[in-house]
Amino acid sequence: MPLTKITSISGRCVPVPGDDIDTDRIIPARFMKCVTFDGLGQYMFYDVRHDEKGQPRQHPLNDPRFAGAAIILSGKNFGCGSSREHAPQAIRRAGFKAVVAEGFAEIFFGNSTTLGMPCVSASRADIGAISEMVEANPALELTLDLAAKTLSVADRQFPFDIRETARAALMAGEWDPIAQLLDSTREVDRVATALPYVGPRT
Amino acid sequence: MPTTPFSFALGAGLPYFSALQNQRPIMSTSGKTLFEKVWEAHAVRRLPNGQTQLFIGTHLIHEVTSPQAFAMLRELGLGVRYPHRTFATVDHIVPTDDRDEPFADALADEMIKALRKNCRDFGITYFDIKSGHQGIVHIVGPEQGITQPGTTIACGDSHTSTHGAFGAIAFGIGTSQVRDILATQTMALSPLKVRRINVSGRLGPGVYSKDVILHIIRKLGVNGGTGFAYEYGGEVFDAFSMEDRMTVCNMSIEGGARVGYVNPDEKTFAYLKGRPHAPKGAEWDKAVQRWRAVASDADCRYDDIVEFNAADIRPTVTWGINPGQAVFIDENIPRPSDVPESERASVEEALAHMKLKGGQPVRGIPINVAFLGSCTNGRFNDFVEVAKHIKGRRVAPGVRAIAVPGSQAVGDLLHEKGIDRVFIDAGFDWREAGCSMCLAMNPDKLVGDELCASSSNRNFKGRQGSPTGRTILMSPLMVAAAAITGTVCDAREIFQAPS
Repeated sequence: MPLTKITSISGRCVPVPGDDIDTDRIIPARFMKCVTFDGLGQYMFYDVRHDEKGQPRQHPLNDPRFAGAAIILSGKNFGCGSSREHAPQAIRRAGFKAVVAEGFAEIFFGNSTTLGMPCVSASRADIGAISEMVEANPALELTLDLAAKTLSVADRQFPFDIRETARAALMAGEWDPIAQLLDSTREVDRVATALPYVGPRT
Repeated sequence: MPTTPFSFALGAGLPYFSALQNQRPIMSTSGKTLFEKVWEAHAVRRLPNGQTQLFIGTHLIHEVTSPQAFAMLRELGLGVRYPHRTFATVDHIVPTDDRDEPFADALADEMIKALRKNCRDFGITYFDIKSGHQGIVHIVGPEQGITQPGTTIACGDSHTSTHGAFGAIAFGIGTSQVRDILATQTMALSPLKVRRINVSGRLGPGVYSKDVILHIIRKLGVNGGTGFAYEYGGEVFDAFSMEDRMTVCNMSIEGGARVGYVNPDEKTFAYLKGRPHAPKGAEWDKAVQRWRAVASDADCRYDDIVEFNAADIRPTVTWGINPGQAVFIDENIPRPSDVPESERASVEEALAHMKLKGGQPVRGIPINVAFLGSCTNGRFNDFVEVAKHIKGRRVAPGVRAIAVPGSQAVGDLLHEKGIDRVFIDAGFDWREAGCSMCLAMNPDKLVGDELCASSSNRNFKGRQGSPTGRTILMSPLMVAAAAITGTVCDAREIFQAPS
């Protein structure tokens, strides 16, 4: 089944302020006791959104003004820590389509790309400006244009960066590499045979 | 699934290491790093988006990040292509006290059953809970001799970087990549740059590998390693045991580096010799020859080089909510006004969570819990070193102290040598092998805002199981000193001249 070519994403934004937001915070480990990713969306940022008694805290992710947002705005080194794919899975399943942050941890970035969820980097100043605009008017839509590498909100435009390999894969609809990986078994077996520690397939 | 013409056009006919050649001048006569050599030997082809299809010779799996991958495999009607190159164990969810099945936690029980079934269905070697070989995946791999120099290793766990201690290139991966490796024994990846980190000189008494990596992360930042593999070397690493090297490589990811490694040497070979999955007989000699050749060449080119002096490193502890927020034991916690404006909010957030004040000494902070164990510091030598110093001492009243061997083999050996007794006599709760309180997917958890002196790797908010729980990372001996005094303290002052 061909994958969607992701060239642009439009939607409302929610600011999730902070640097070094780790994947334990995105999805606390206790919600990973599961054999499927289904249902993870409701636990996204659970301890950020709830106090110890399970009551909702004041946070943009609980703010009805931002309900239905499709794009997360955040700080430096987003998604650091554990390699758990549960983190981008939870964000996806909570209805988000992209993350705009100052930077991303490597494993999170790769996991998100494989799910077709672009993670793009913008400057602190630009993310601050976008956050201010959407705080003032949460109905504003942001358009993330992968071809032009721009974020457009109202009449303003901001540049973003994304690793070229990820941009190419998203735009070509090849963000999940499994089909390509399956397509070269002969080359794979040749490499394996040349590796003494691997040995032939059993 | 059809391949697009695009992939044929770019994918076929290129040299194996084309992705690297894009980055490095072909005319260069300089030698190669271990990373480059291993990458080139495992590169299958260049993918249309410019990434490399990389062969993963060794795949390790555990119960948390693999069941969804097997489900995807079944959904796609795919099998496991190289079942003899995947090895499984169970670690995150296993209780460390009562291990009889079914587990009290029905979800945990479902996970171990799923792993067992998946391994059986697909013919995968599984070190089960009753095998005598179960343990934390990053401890089991090396002790079984599965982890070898010059190999590529992947596991759905960020601390896979641990295996780099043997001169392997080891990646933490997500579940979709677990699926990719099960189905094809390959994954799509871009090459990393290599940063050489030299630590020269000799560490002072009471300063350990854990202090070295906490110091490196503090200085280079929690995202300083993004895009890099860290190659650790210098006199300190030459002198380190394999266990010490594993401790450092383990926490590479906490510095943002997905991969960390040490070039293999005689210590590496001595550690591996005779292990169950290590090569035997004539194969052993050939393997050692290959392993020697895979080390970085003297004239290789690094993308970056960073120098540290061992004499500058003192026992280091974290005070905040990421592993880079750390100070020497005799320093004060920074005030928000001490740091650049861009970091102020992070410092304030960390202080608020930790219930600490900027400017206060880190020494003297009262603790509630002491945790010895994890894939960072749950190895034989870690316990031996602590045992040397705690003999005859007692855990402070009111402190809950637990010691958790990283594998059944580690636990058995400590028991055989009577070392478990030293911990039990000192008032530690001696447990069975598992991840335990490092990440609280099992019954070992902090309660409320308890503060834990921990030999693990992450001090993230909520990491140890309570959303308000607090973690201070430190070396095993510093954990023991905190357990005995009930406060964060300098182990060098508590114990007689640590070696």
